Amino acid sequence: MTGVTKMKWYAKTYIGFIMAFLYLPILVLIVYSFNESKSRSYFTGFTLNWYKQLFTNDLIINSLMNTLVVALISSVVATIIGTAAAIGIMNMNKWLRAAVMNFTYLPIINPEIITGVSMMLLFGAFQTLFAWLGENTGVNIPFQFGYVTLVLAHITFNIPYVILNVMPKLRQMDKSIYEAALDLGCNEWQAFTKVVVPDIMPGITAGFLTSITMSLDDFIISYFVSGPTSQTLPITIFSMTRRKVSPEINALSTIIFVVVLAVLILVNINDARKEKLLRKKAGGGSRA
Amino acid sequence: MKTKATAFPYTIWMVIFIVVPLLLVAYFAFTAQVPVEGGLAGETRTVFTIDNISQVGKFAPVLTRSITLAAIATVICLIICYPIAYIISRGGGVYQRTLLMLVMLPMWMNFLLRTYAWMTLLEKNGLINRFFGLFGLGPFEMINTGGAVVLGMVYNYMPFMILPLYSIMTKIEVTTIEAARDLGADGLHVFLRVILPLSIPGVKTGITMVFVPAVSTFIISRMLGGGGYLLIGDLIDLQFLGNAYNPNLGAAISIVLMVLILLCMSIFNQFGDEEEMEGTLL
Amino acid sequence: MRKRWLSIALAALICLSFPAMAWAEEEDGGELELYTDEAYYTRFAGQGISINVYNWGEYISDGSDDTLNVNRAFQDLTGIRVYYSTYATNEELYSKLRSGNANYDVIIPSDYMIGRMINESMLLPLDKDNIPNLQYMDETFLNPIYDPGDVYSVPYTWGYVGVIYNKTLIYDEEELGSWDILWNEKYLGNILMFSNSRDAFAIAQSRNGYSLNTTDPDELRDCLEDLKAQKSLVQAYVMDEIFDKMLGGEAALAPYYAGDALTMMDDNEDLGFFIPEEGTNIFADAMCIPKGSREKEAAEMYINFMLEPEVGAANIEYIGYGTPNAEAKELLDEEITGNPVAYPSEEELANTEAFAALPQNTSLLLDELWTELLSNDEQYNRILVPMIMLAAILLSIGINVQRHLRKNKRNYFS
Repeated sequence: MTGVTKMKWYAKTYIGFIMAFLYLPILVLIVYSFNESKSRSYFTGFTLNWYKQLFTNDLIINSLMNTLVVALISSVVATIIGTAAAIGIMNMNKWLRAAVMNFTYLPIINPEIITGVSMMLLFGAFQTLFAWLGENTGVNIPFQFGYVTLVLAHITFNIPYVILNVMPKLRQMDKSIYEAALDLGCNEWQAFTKVVVPDIMPGITAGFLTSITMSLDDFIISYFVSGPTSQTLPITIFSMTRRKVSPEINALSTIIFVVVLAVLILVNINDARKEKLLRKKAGGGSRA
Repeated sequence: MKTKATAFPYTIWMVIFIVVPLLLVAYFAFTAQVPVEGGLAGETRTVFTIDNISQVGKFAPVLTRSITLAAIATVICLIICYPIAYIISRGGGVYQRTLLMLVMLPMWMNFLLRTYAWMTLLEKNGLINRFFGLFGLGPFEMINTGGAVVLGMVYNYMPFMILPLYSIMTKIEVTTIEAARDLGADGLHVFLRVILPLSIPGVKTGITMVFVPAVSTFIISRMLGGGGYLLIGDLIDLQFLGNAYNPNLGAAISIVLMVLILLCMSIFNQFGDEEEMEGTLL
Repeated sequence: MRKRWLSIALAALICLSFPAMAWAEEEDGGELELYTDEAYYTRFAGQGISINVYNWGEYISDGSDDTLNVNRAFQDLTGIRVYYSTYATNEELYSKLRSGNANYDVIIPSDYMIGRMINESMLLPLDKDNIPNLQYMDETFLNPIYDPGDVYSVPYTWGYVGVIYNKTLIYDEEELGSWDILWNEKYLGNILMFSNSRDAFAIAQSRNGYSLNTTDPDELRDCLEDLKAQKSLVQAYVMDEIFDKMLGGEAALAPYYAGDALTMMDDNEDLGFFIPEEGTNIFADAMCIPKGSREKEAAEMYINFMLEPEVGAANIEYIGYGTPNAEAKELLDEEITGNPVAYPSEEELANTEAFAALPQNTSLLLDELWTELLSNDEQYNRILVPMIMLAAILLSIGINVQRHLRKNKRNYFS
């Protein structure tokens, strides 16, 4: 992109309005995290009390931990299954691939509430099935809504995102490099780990991070499949929004916001520096 | 590397956790629990019926309301986001990155909290009304209206519209636009003949990605609509985990919703269009 | 690779939450005087047992504002981990149990729901030897109609429904005192209403002079028409959200439970409360153990702990409802036991009726009518839909034509 056009005043005003719209509610959250009273209508005075109380609030801290654990486990598993699947799908013929891909899109296109409901019914059926097994065969598998169901559901809706991120990289990959590696004496596994994986790594990472993001923020599906022992942060927030959202939650969101913002700015600065360096090199090259 | 077998675990997984659950929904939709005659209280047996599906007709107002509100929200989203995406895609370097970052950042806050913050803003004694009160205006009725629900949808799903639009627009080369200009097209013509047609795939993806979650949402309406603006999502929740337990009816409504969305998809020719989806997911 | 920051953010979050865990450890224990000996409570310590408690929102003393944190006290005392979650209505609890979505060990439904659950054999009989604190219960609350012989439940609280109003938003004090005020058009958009079928219908039933336990479909239909007529005046259908809305002065009138009214009146002086003259519902909420509980004995221990007079008193002080626990009532301040809202006179409660469990088809009908009420919308704009449909059709035609043209053009060039 060469045309770094200067923004016109109306474009700037427009962006300004949109930013105000986007950040107004967030500003409200942040301001009220410093509010002395619990009321969310009046600001009575400045305090840091909620930040201190946040760390003694078992409910919030436990749900935060649950959220992180579920997100980590499910994205790792989803990344492994998804990457393997993407490679397999690439090797399928056109028709089979189209069929499998349609099912891959299903959880993304399907409304989340239907995915959630259908999984709830599935796990309910599992429960009945395992109870029946326990009664009739003596094989006792304790199965209830909780961590297990939550992780299974999260893996399910994460895999498609991994596949969708890995597939394009596989498609771009030059197949001859892999074949060259085989010719040069690598066995299949070596060729895979030493040639293919590094080549598609950006796709895998992107898929993994998308999964984590999706898991961390998911409310609707978790709402239907979580049990009493595995409340995630969004679910806790949901039960709070029905009563009074305790200002500790505001404090937590402010912290998350600041952390994300800081990391974003750092990465941005870093990227800008790299870009500049790259441009300088390119510029020097052309002059010489 | 030449083997299809690596997709095997995934295929099994998808069958168990995607296909079977949807079949279960269908099973529930077409069955009902009837009390066993002469049996214990609460004892029921399962019978096959299409009653549930035909009962969904009763909720036609809810269906139309959901579609209407979601459609309005989608159109507003498109109108608001198209210029933003264009402006961002035309800005260069740091500008572009910073703006994109600023647009995506709110997504990192939990959507329930953001919606809750809107409640604080829109209430009768909320911040906006108090602000207008300073000038002797208002109070305006904002919360618990259809407008508030639409606002909630627009606010929450805006990034889903901006992203696909942005990624398709960055692909439009400046040279293409310059060529059009050189050939005598004015601003309007450049937009109508070059930019708009080239961005249509992004528009379609954006519409789907906003409309689908908007039409099936079940929290936004409850928080901003005061429970009086029941949407399909609320109706489904009501039957499964809400105040009127009837999973069979809930499953039937789910099926109807799915069919409805597939219909919308086919209108926009989006289903299975893999090339277009790939670039647009986060 | 602009997504790398995501993982960094995550790492930062994780790092952040570890010191948080350590910080959470330090907490004052506040000495409790126990009526059951400690050996009873400590017998499961160190076995890694946990129980799942499912309760109404705002229905336990939770440690905020220097009150007793009941769950943590129980955990510290017994070593049994408590997973505590909340619901907003009896029907929600019922759905959650029926859908098999969770295995709870202790639940606290209301009378009629307990009756229904007993009918549908969803509860486990209690072992009273494990609940010695039953001896402190007020006799009048034992052996209730919904659970003869106290086989399945132990009363937790009792209360009744009335109307909370905001004095600054009421036009005429004379209008107070009757359910009719909730149908008064002067309060358009200023009324909050119950967001659960049984309580909402009970208001219409009392107003029409029907029994709260009517099984007559025609009477229920009448009530539905009443509620539909009221819908245009209603600002929102709420449960726990009422705290926020009434405290913030968002609405003038709201029917709700007396105990919660008391809590709200403590926080906002503008709020008042009356018992409608047509009569109202009097209810009891009781602790039960649902089928599927895996730790029944630990659950009974939890119930016993809730019956500890000091714990009971702390809960009642926090939630404002009436207590069936005689010993706990002794411990309460005069201020609370003398409050006419919390403990009204017998005359005031003369006109009340308790809910009974409804026959299954009446329950189903009620659920159906409730869904009908919520989905019905009189003020719905009917022109909008055809217009949207038209717009959608035009849009899809436009897109298809455009696609077609483009294809033709491409063919032309190639």
